[in-house]
Amino acid sequence: MIGYTINRLLQAIPVLLLVSLFAFGIIYLIPGDAATVIGGPTATAADLEQIRRNLGLDKPLHVQIATFYINLFQGDLGRSLLLGIPVTEALVDRSPITIGIAIYSLAITIVFGLVTGVVAALNHNTWIDQAATLFALIGVSLPNFWLALVMIVLFSVYLGWLPTGGYIPFSQDPVGWLRTATMPAVALALLQAGLLTRITRSTMLEVLGQDYIRTARAKGLPEWQVIGVHALANVMMPVITVLGLILSVLLSGSIIIETIFGIPGIGALMGNAIMSRDYPMVQGGLFFITAALMLLNIVIDVLYTWLDPRVRVGRAD
Amino acid sequence: MAGPGQTVDPDALLPRLRIAARPFLRNRAFVVGAVLFGAIVLATLATPLLTDRGPNALAIRDRFQPPSLAFPLGTDNLGRDMLARVLWGARLSLMIGLSVVLINGVFGVLLGAIAGYYSRLDNILMRVADALMAFPAVLLAIGIAAALGPSAMTAVVALSVVYVPRTARVVRASVIVVRELDFVQAARAGGATDARILRRHILPNCMAPLIVQLSFVFAYAVLSEAVLSFLGLGASPTVPSWGIMISEGRTYLREAPWLTIVPGVAIAITALGLNLLGDGLRDVLDPRMKVEQG
Repeated sequence: MIGYTINRLLQAIPVLLLVSLFAFGIIYLIPGDAATVIGGPTATAADLEQIRRNLGLDKPLHVQIATFYINLFQGDLGRSLLLGIPVTEALVDRSPITIGIAIYSLAITIVFGLVTGVVAALNHNTWIDQAATLFALIGVSLPNFWLALVMIVLFSVYLGWLPTGGYIPFSQDPVGWLRTATMPAVALALLQAGLLTRITRSTMLEVLGQDYIRTARAKGLPEWQVIGVHALANVMMPVITVLGLILSVLLSGSIIIETIFGIPGIGALMGNAIMSRDYPMVQGGLFFITAALMLLNIVIDVLYTWLDPRVRVGRAD
Repeated sequence: MAGPGQTVDPDALLPRLRIAARPFLRNRAFVVGAVLFGAIVLATLATPLLTDRGPNALAIRDRFQPPSLAFPLGTDNLGRDMLARVLWGARLSLMIGLSVVLINGVFGVLLGAIAGYYSRLDNILMRVADALMAFPAVLLAIGIAAALGPSAMTAVVALSVVYVPRTARVVRASVIVVRELDFVQAARAGGATDARILRRHILPNCMAPLIVQLSFVFAYAVLSEAVLSFLGLGASPTVPSWGIMISEGRTYLREAPWLTIVPGVAIAITALGLNLLGDGLRDVLDPRMKVEQG
């Protein structure tokens, strides 16, 4: 178990180095002179020189890469051009907001996805199953930012139940937080809820056909126990494997959703950075979010081995 | 055209195409998906027949018209016909989606085949793919597009970088399986070159998962392109892209919600059609995958 964890962490290192290199390399994709693009049309020659010096673009490439890694190992991702504060500081400051909404959204996803998937499988080939399957398909086919806007029209403009945007910290006013976080969380949950419904449904169908389910029924266990204990425990495994994917979709979705609802989390931070050509922030954000996800994925994998002893030995991947 | 002619079995008398098409036509997901997606493609091709107004034709007097007989989908803040704009948006979306699919087809197959066939290169290629796939898909596309600057080409490049590693993975997985099969060993023993083995023996047997994957890539590409253009990172605002239309409609959510709703429905129909098509293709072409994912 500990060996497996260490092994996974070691395996992640080369990938993480490549990830950081790609994130760093984003700035070299800028066509033409990066400083001119960042400075915009009003920048003077002195401004451009200043930008180049700040970003280290005046140095040879190998020096730039070396500096980038030396800083990275010290937790320094550069300085935001827009905010004038270290990128790491901005990201760490804003993280709790995004994490809070992500957890809320994840909870909606899991409850909704599991319940719909299980109910669909239990009513296999009935209209309930078809409705759930259709709903799941629509979920993975709707753009979440569009759903966010439609929800604003419906719940804020017409019904006036929820504010159109803004954010109230949970610590200040839990009810206010719920009012501001619910629409973003639902909009973010949509796609993954559809995904999870599909996976849960197919796994549940497979599990229901297994011998141990027949055995459980044959020995006279009540149906709720057969489904709730014997079947559900095995349905949870694939759910855990897609958690990483779900979190990844959630975090990238937050850029657009936080921008729409005016929530000052990492997503909006990235959204603003992109619109204002704050490349150190874009680079840092890309790396930070991806590294966090990789770590989460390792935690999920370890959790998976802990829950399912079969995979402890001889993992294929 | 007829199959082996000597039998009385009516099935065999049917043209081969119809026999081949039958499992697809029996699959409801495939049929519904094909109808939805086909409708979008047809509407794109028949745009001049459906509306005689240009997507950017201004008519200030007709601004903010709700859907009516004259304007089936209403008009926007500049009096532009939403039907024309949605149809031209479909053209853009499909072009971008198709380009991403073609690039995925070429590079995904090439890289996947190389990685799957030559185990020495596998490690390097797959670590690079791992790193690219470690980024959340849309986030990476946004990052690349932010650097390249907004254009339709940018969207294609950004989405290709995001999805080619995923397609290559799918191809690689099936190449690794097929590589070990007896007929490949036989071809090798017969002195066939690597290129010939890959082209004639391995790749044709990897087509099913590839086709399924590409139909999902198409759906993702349409959705992600909308995200990029909504953020102002896709095609220029002069081209009516669905994402841009939603973003422009945002300002008038109260007065004219159809400006936002209409392009979103268009995206949803396209993506739903492609997702259903992918589901159907998977069920028919690759029944083994059905249990795991479907």
